[in-house]
Amino acid sequence: MSGVLLEVENYSGAFWSPTNELVPVLHQVSYRLKTGAMTAVVGETGSGKSLVALSIFGIQPAAFVCTSGRILYRDTDLLGIDEKEMRSLRGAEISMVFQDARAALNPVFTVGRQLADVYQLQHGGGRSAAMAKAIEALRQVSIPEPERRARQYPHEFSGGMAQRAMIAMAALTCRPSLLILDEPTTGLDVTIQSDIMELIVELSRQRGLTTCLITHDLGVVAEICDEVVVMNAGRVVETGTTEAIFTAPTETYTRRLLAASQLLEAAA
Amino acid sequence: MLLGRMIFRRMLWVFPVAFGVVTLTFFMARVFNGDPTELYVPPEATDALRAQIRARLGLADPLPVQYVNYLWNLLRFDLGISFTTGQSVAADLWDRLPATLELGLVGLSLGIATGIPLGVIAAVYRERWPDFLVRGVTLGGMALPQFWVGLVLISIFFVSLRILPGPVGRLPIGVPLPAKITGFLMIDTLLAGDPALWWQAVRQLVLPALTLGFSTASPIARVTRSAMVEAMQSDYIRTAIAMGHGRRVVWFRYSLRNALLPVVTLIGGVAGHIFAGAVLLESIFSWPGLGQYALQSIERSDFAALQGFVIYASLLYVLAFLVVDLLYMFIDPRIRA
Repeated sequence: MSGVLLEVENYSGAFWSPTNELVPVLHQVSYRLKTGAMTAVVGETGSGKSLVALSIFGIQPAAFVCTSGRILYRDTDLLGIDEKEMRSLRGAEISMVFQDARAALNPVFTVGRQLADVYQLQHGGGRSAAMAKAIEALRQVSIPEPERRARQYPHEFSGGMAQRAMIAMAALTCRPSLLILDEPTTGLDVTIQSDIMELIVELSRQRGLTTCLITHDLGVVAEICDEVVVMNAGRVVETGTTEAIFTAPTETYTRRLLAASQLLEAAA
Repeated sequence: MLLGRMIFRRMLWVFPVAFGVVTLTFFMARVFNGDPTELYVPPEATDALRAQIRARLGLADPLPVQYVNYLWNLLRFDLGISFTTGQSVAADLWDRLPATLELGLVGLSLGIATGIPLGVIAAVYRERWPDFLVRGVTLGGMALPQFWVGLVLISIFFVSLRILPGPVGRLPIGVPLPAKITGFLMIDTLLAGDPALWWQAVRQLVLPALTLGFSTASPIARVTRSAMVEAMQSDYIRTAIAMGHGRRVVWFRYSLRNALLPVVTLIGGVAGHIFAGAVLLESIFSWPGLGQYALQSIERSDFAALQGFVIYASLLYVLAFLVVDLLYMFIDPRIRA
């Protein structure tokens, strides 16, 4: 299985409803993330794309149960390992950037402290050395005045700056092989969105990261991604190279999705 | 520094609030207990005697003059004379304060030291047996009246098991108090070089402190639990887990700090309540504190004593919430902005 870093295989799952019944939400989801490539997982809200990503980390909601399938990371089934093994992978091998970075950072600790905590956890060393690394990471994601910014709290950051800090934490302070980005630009200004996407592409290339971008922004996908996975209602509809998906979609849903986004762009 | 200025500004607020409190107390006392003269004279007293007493109590003056006199006296810590003890009310309160503070501090510490960990445990083991246990016990702690819990403890540990002394106050009957230095028996007995007396005082303190601790720990545990549950479901905790942090760091460093905010507010209110004197608790344990003083002043219609107590208790709340607000500034950076 050379060339594939992560493979989701026939992954199915369901939510416990309040009446104690299992409501299936994921149906035989299968896709592959090729090593070094940037793969987009696209689909509308509720299609299950984030749920699969959270499952890779073992941080899916408590009411969710996996009913079948495997998630293979370098030939290890992530669904079969215990919490301790999973924890050793988090941050070190697989890392994640979340939507709404200001909420995803802890409100009562400085941004620098949070990065430094992660640095100490992943690489050891003393507090002040970790803080220096945190400031360095903030500098690398082009946050101006990183020394001052490191002493500030998340609420003092704009959405875009907070997302840069989040990316610094997930991709630089952690040194993962696989970086998953869950709608990293949702809720940001359009100009900021493209800055953030540029940063992501740059870092991925520099570090040779395998990236999985969960999004519904097809314009971004066409521009920067190598592979596309289209999901709808808990199923993978279609997978292929970006070129193939955009020029010759085989499924009706994919065509409708593309058409919808082109309509939006035409209207804009 | 910005934080210093904020603290200063917040502390300045104490003065208008305190002024409002004492003003309200004054007018409430005049409205609800218009003329306490009747309390001081026998029913067959002549009108002349009544007028004389009224003048001596300062009640003959017009209301604004009374109010100014009252404020002026307050500034000199003159709360009037209690006609049951014959002492100045300020001195009475000062005498009884250490008993209430000592019991309150020990009870509150017990409550915090058990309530917060229990709340964390319940949140961590949510919907499993430790959670059910904590929720059951704390429900009891909130629903059962303090005096009833106190009585049950007395009947178990004093009446049945005979391992703890009876509810006769801070020391066994007939044992003289050590020389008053701090007023706290835990400290004064040691300063007097009398460990045996210290031990006796500790044994007297156990049951009332346990009662107070139980009823204090219960709301603290419940609020800690719900705040922890909320924090643990937040986005920032998901981030911390995704970055590889272990459970302990996630619980005690990243969640608890956020969850402490509502807990601190609650503790402020509880502390105000405790240090104003747990009235029934002190009565049951014959604890010579402020709560008992207040109860006696009500029973005997001791006007000045009651007014003094109300002023003390209200100012105490003002102080408790000042401390809460200051703690908030240290815990939550968003408030400093």
